[in-house]
Amino acid sequence: MNERNERIHGVACTFRRPSDVFHAAERVRDAGWKCWDVHTPFPIHGMDQAMGLPRSPVPRLTLLGGVTGFLTGCLLTWYMNSYDYPLIVGGKPYWSVIFPFPVLYECTILFAAFGTFFGQFIFNRLPHHHHPLFDLPQFSRVSDDTFMIVLEARDANFHLDASRNFLLSLGGQEITVIRD
Amino acid sequence: MAHAHDSSQERPAILDKVRPAELPRAKLILNDRSFHWITDKVCAIVEEPTPTWWKVLFVAALFIASFTFVGMAYLVSTGTGTWGLRSPVGWGWAIVNFVFWVGIGHAGTLISAILCLLRQKWRTSINRAAEAMTIFAVMCAGLFPLFHVGRVWFAWWLFPIPNQNGIWPQFRSPLEWDVFAVSTYFTVSTLFWYMGMIPDLGAIRDRAKTWWRKAFYSLLAMGWRGGNRQWSNFEMAYLLLAGLSTPLVLSVHTIVSFDFAVSNVPGWHTTIFPPYFVAGAIFSGFAMVLTLMLPLRAIYRLHDVINQYHIDNMCKIILATGSMVGYAYATEFFIAAYSGNAYEKFAFINRAFGQYSWAYWIMVSCNVITPQLFWFKKVRANHSLVWIICLFVNVGMWFERFVITVTSLANDYLPSSWGYYSPTIVDIFTFFGTFGFFSVLFLLFIRFLPLLPMAELKIVSPQADPHAH
Repeated sequence: MNERNERIHGVACTFRRPSDVFHAAERVRDAGWKCWDVHTPFPIHGMDQAMGLPRSPVPRLTLLGGVTGFLTGCLLTWYMNSYDYPLIVGGKPYWSVIFPFPVLYECTILFAAFGTFFGQFIFNRLPHHHHPLFDLPQFSRVSDDTFMIVLEARDANFHLDASRNFLLSLGGQEITVIRD
Repeated sequence: MAHAHDSSQERPAILDKVRPAELPRAKLILNDRSFHWITDKVCAIVEEPTPTWWKVLFVAALFIASFTFVGMAYLVSTGTGTWGLRSPVGWGWAIVNFVFWVGIGHAGTLISAILCLLRQKWRTSINRAAEAMTIFAVMCAGLFPLFHVGRVWFAWWLFPIPNQNGIWPQFRSPLEWDVFAVSTYFTVSTLFWYMGMIPDLGAIRDRAKTWWRKAFYSLLAMGWRGGNRQWSNFEMAYLLLAGLSTPLVLSVHTIVSFDFAVSNVPGWHTTIFPPYFVAGAIFSGFAMVLTLMLPLRAIYRLHDVINQYHIDNMCKIILATGSMVGYAYATEFFIAAYSGNAYEKFAFINRAFGQYSWAYWIMVSCNVITPQLFWFKKVRANHSLVWIICLFVNVGMWFERFVITVTSLANDYLPSSWGYYSPTIVDIFTFFGTFGFFSVLFLLFIRFLPLLPMAELKIVSPQADPHAH
């Protein structure tokens, strides 16, 4: 990144059709870009491969949540019914994995869902209410029917004029510089 | 390998000549609507000036909802005796209503989670409203056990929170499992619903003209930008939540059925209860989805996105689950006869021919006979008739829970302790009011949140395919 680009977030261009943005994304990926994104009104099938994105890390937090939930359930039921206030019910053991199983099951699902839900927010860095993209007038159409590729200034490949021309060669329209 | 080689040589020559017939898939969105049309259609519902019918219904719903709150207030200030509960029937309408409303909720999760895993793309146009229905139905359901505990200010004892008596909840009780199941169900359904809505809230935010509207939807949309890096995590999370909701929804009504099945009351103590309750829940839930969606489709002219194919599919699910429920009724009878247990046998004969036989036959005619009309294409295409049949199913499923809960308790082991349960006016008003409470929430949802999932509708449009030319 050079000094000149300090106040620039990146350049954006729009596309009208999913197939156009899909093929453009493949070329940006092949050109070796790392800091860039494709903004679309809906997830385009196969776009992760077209962008060369790795598999989403959200499942790791789901697993972590699930394991935490199961162990929390075990700890909860064991502490309450067997340790802090042990009661003999029907001559059965104070605690086993069987009788509170529905509780463990629900705790597993609850915490796994928390892991997934908050994982999505964490990995997507949301909430994020102030973003330079929101200042672009054409960005408001991206949630409707417009597709947008954004090349960010922090990428090593970024050079304002060259990047603009690159987007032009991809068939992009409305090429705009995004300022921070 | 050798075998595979042989079989390829023996491949009939005719297979090279025939070309598989191209069967057109049912269109999910009619009239080749564009992406912009979808955005406009859905956003217009929240952007247009409040329609008069909405205001009228909202006031009416608030009025009806007041019946529940007045009923609950009267109950709390007087005592649970006002509910018509007395020995031997300690579980009356409150439990019936609880099971009824929880069951309604199940279709929403089935549509949003199970049909998502099964890649049933037709779910997209109805899943948002069905999920909203789930959440509001569970809220209505939750009111009943909460107040049924009698001293509602001690209801927090159900949760594993330390109290000054130093006593903990007893995790061997199915009622305690229910607390965990229903609260988890409510929480996870809400997370799933909200997460699915974020991109659409972003779309409404981007179209907002007034500052307060912009602020409201910006806050809810969490700064969603629709970047593919976000979509990648979003889709993974959505799939995982669908995967988590599937065992969850099956467990919830299973555990609700444990409230009955784990006890040793004749007619309750059967292993068929979990699958039978789940099938019944989906049955009643789909009926409620159609009850709500058919008028909405007509009011907002959603005929292109909720078309005959969607209605057909829902009717067929009602037919399938209704037949499963009918089969379960028959199985219960057979097992009662086959068990050789005199009490069990009596419980079922008493259901069909005893003092509550009127309720039993309402249940059978509404749940088993009415949905059979859905075998006929003409019936499925007549939407007024579909709507009426769905009302019958709703009524029938309420009576199913009534029959299960009350008949077994009213006539159990000792004839000397038999009784006849009838609800009081407080019971009736409290239940009646929950329809108002549900409608208030559902009307607010229609007015302020995206009724149909725009992003998902765009995915199923043919022009969304990046390889199409």
